[in-house]
Amino acid sequence: MHLVIIGNGITGVTAAQTVRRLAPAARITLVSEESEHHYSRTALMYVYMGHLRYQDVKPYEDWFWAENHLELIHATATALDAGQRQLRLSNGQTLGYDKLLLATGSVSRRFGWPGQDLRGVQGLYGLPDLAQMERDTQGISRGVVVGGGLIGVELAEMLHTRHIAATVLVRDQHYWGSVLPPEEAELVDQQFRAHDVDVRYRTELREILGDSSGRVRAIVTSQGEEIACQWVGLGIGVTPNLSLAQDSAVETDRGILVDELLQTNQPDVYAAGDCAQHRQPGAGEVAIEQLWYTGRMQGETVAHTICGRPTPYRRGVWFNSAKFFNLEYQTYGQVPARPPADVESFYWQHPTGSCALRINFAPQTGNAVLGFNAMGLRLRQAVCESWIKAKTPIQTVIQQLKTANFDPEFYRRHERAIQRQFAEMSVVKRY
Amino acid sequence: MELTSDHSFALAQAPLPVTDATEKVTLAAVALGLLALLGATFDADAARARLSMYAALALISGGTLAWAWHKFGRSEAGVKQNNLWLRASTSRGAIAWVTGLVLTGFYVLLYWFSWTLENLIRTLDPFSQALRGKAADQWFLYGTFYTLAILLMGARALWKYRHSRYQLIRTVSVMFFQLGFAFLLPGVLLFFQQPEFYFSYFWPLKYDYLFPGGVTDLVKNGGLGVFMVFWGAIMSLVATPVLTYFFGKRWYCSWVCGCGGLAETAGDPYRHLSDKSRAAWRWEVRIVYSVLALIVLITSILWVNQVYGSFLGEIGNSLNRFYGFAIGAVFSGVVGVGFYPIMGSRVWCRFGCPMAAYLGLLQKHFSRFRITTNGGQCISCGNCSNVCEMGIDVKQYAQRGEPIIRASCVGCGMCSTACPRGVLNLENGPREGRYQGSQLVHADSLRILS
Repeated sequence: MHLVIIGNGITGVTAAQTVRRLAPAARITLVSEESEHHYSRTALMYVYMGHLRYQDVKPYEDWFWAENHLELIHATATALDAGQRQLRLSNGQTLGYDKLLLATGSVSRRFGWPGQDLRGVQGLYGLPDLAQMERDTQGISRGVVVGGGLIGVELAEMLHTRHIAATVLVRDQHYWGSVLPPEEAELVDQQFRAHDVDVRYRTELREILGDSSGRVRAIVTSQGEEIACQWVGLGIGVTPNLSLAQDSAVETDRGILVDELLQTNQPDVYAAGDCAQHRQPGAGEVAIEQLWYTGRMQGETVAHTICGRPTPYRRGVWFNSAKFFNLEYQTYGQVPARPPADVESFYWQHPTGSCALRINFAPQTGNAVLGFNAMGLRLRQAVCESWIKAKTPIQTVIQQLKTANFDPEFYRRHERAIQRQFAEMSVVKRY
Repeated sequence: MELTSDHSFALAQAPLPVTDATEKVTLAAVALGLLALLGATFDADAARARLSMYAALALISGGTLAWAWHKFGRSEAGVKQNNLWLRASTSRGAIAWVTGLVLTGFYVLLYWFSWTLENLIRTLDPFSQALRGKAADQWFLYGTFYTLAILLMGARALWKYRHSRYQLIRTVSVMFFQLGFAFLLPGVLLFFQQPEFYFSYFWPLKYDYLFPGGVTDLVKNGGLGVFMVFWGAIMSLVATPVLTYFFGKRWYCSWVCGCGGLAETAGDPYRHLSDKSRAAWRWEVRIVYSVLALIVLITSILWVNQVYGSFLGEIGNSLNRFYGFAIGAVFSGVVGVGFYPIMGSRVWCRFGCPMAAYLGLLQKHFSRFRITTNGGQCISCGNCSNVCEMGIDVKQYAQRGEPIIRASCVGCGMCSTACPRGVLNLENGPREGRYQGSQLVHADSLRILS
């Protein structure tokens, strides 16, 4: 079997590794123009900030690929003929395959703002973006970041390390309004304030203004305010990269449409990771998942199907993590920004605001615990997941909270304070 | 930013990090202090040299503390790694090479040309008389500088890592053991005409403590000497395995040991320079266990020689001297510390220290210690590997959801401190299932970790 994988991000590489394990004799070729070797997209910010060098964000040393017989082609796949099972590459080469995995990832989203193509306007998704940011932020005094999500806060932190003043435009009334409850968002806002980031809530971008040389000189907000700046970072999300798929017979919508086995409408053509759109996502799940973790899981899942062991993609108990300047965030299970009517939310916060814990549970189904948000605390994923899966009552969880503590030794423990607060709440609400 | 071997992309040269006026002033104070030190070295006039030395110590101490506070003490507590790989001083730039040369040169003078330091040594006579009841020598000079480096740069580490209680307590521990056990106590012992004994160093690092010659010398000193021999033997042969079983080798390497103490404080700006490649790991295994084998062999031969009536003659002394020169001086001193700014802060500990090798074998095979990976939360960012002073490519384990159990890990905890997603935690747990990876990331069998 010759498996060709388009894309060497976490999805493509995880699939390649898994296929190598399941089918040691398979020929595996990875095609990517972006970089010779796989690197960690999530670590781009650390390269800019000088914590790491580019070679440090490569998860594997360069010998890894040859030693595991993973062939790398440094080119773009420009055309796909699914009938002939053939790809055309930007280097003129034609590449045949037995199985094809499209793991083409995403492209930064743009909303068609006036001036969005000016020099100094960009997203942060890949290496070219990093190079562009390195070039375009040199010697500037202010950057404007559009978007109150994960990339938005990363961009603000990156600018901060270069002593570049940052203004962040956030559409919602608080940070990451679609995901974080207001209390957690307030803690993130504290981080913004502590790092002198000027955040404008309920504010959107209306227009980007350029100078005579075609470079950004200012932006205009939805309130009509003009903010002088020399760089604009777009952190408003990503959208599936369909550049190869959309001109082929592969069926696409917003993403490449796949069934639960991550198969496209074409035989032996699969899609996984950021670029895939699930025809029938599970209850409470989204059709397009654009996370490092989901990319890895989809890559692993699709590898099984490719190797003749059909395996439906099951995301399992949701988890995610991030870091907002100095504040760590971990989440397990379902903790929406606003709990539905039948969900109760227990929230504890340290008096100093240095850390917080939220636990959602369902009073009508035996107080079963549904999800956790940890801010400035570390929780053990395996323990939280087993509680959620077992529908453990919140009383038990609070009682055994210590077993989920993943903070380093000698850190201050907060279980007692949390238990005390929960007991007080229980008296009032009679759980 | 250096160009990478990946030809696919090259980043523009990042701007040089800003050095503000206050930082320049504090660094200038340190530089003036070093100049004054040079003055003291070349001044034959004892009184003037002493004055110069005091000025040097005041400037270096004051300057370093002011610089450390300015740099790390004022801003928000948290991970502070900005510009680490952009600054010449911490990324093998010109300043780093100069620093390395100066350090290496100092060790060469200290070990083999100590007469050049005579003026400097004499400036410490009053202090040495007060502490030890005898005149200073080159080792007292060295001990003073060494302890000062750990204390001053320890203060820097305390400011830099103040968001982590593990790092705070551990840093205080190495400062305490250096000052108390490796500097003041041996001095006080001398003051009372007792052997200059270091209660915090054990065989096979302090190899002569279990050499027949060393033991005989100590025993000659009566009750206290016998206790010292007893202490040394118990610590090496009983306490070390027991403590390592419960806590891993960190109880010694990153909490007590003076070499570790210097690496964790003065060496902290260089910790990321350790080579993380598989090739370096292979060299490490080859060299460090050879040194351990060598010192075990030499110790055994010397004891056999002792018991069976000195059949070795002069060869016994030569063996001792050879090991002392090659391992004790060249490896642990010149290379171990002199190469900090180029090869990282743990070159000696990683490649050369027989104690670390011994502790490592215990840690790998007979210990409850491991670094746990938190499920599937790793994003392969590489911050953990970067800060590992022992050159362990930590992310190889973390991204597989596997616990990190490596002989070389000194348990400094920096991987856990630096991880932006809270993925790593140092733990002492039951030995059953110690290697058990997370069920949330499937292990694969690719040949990386072998």
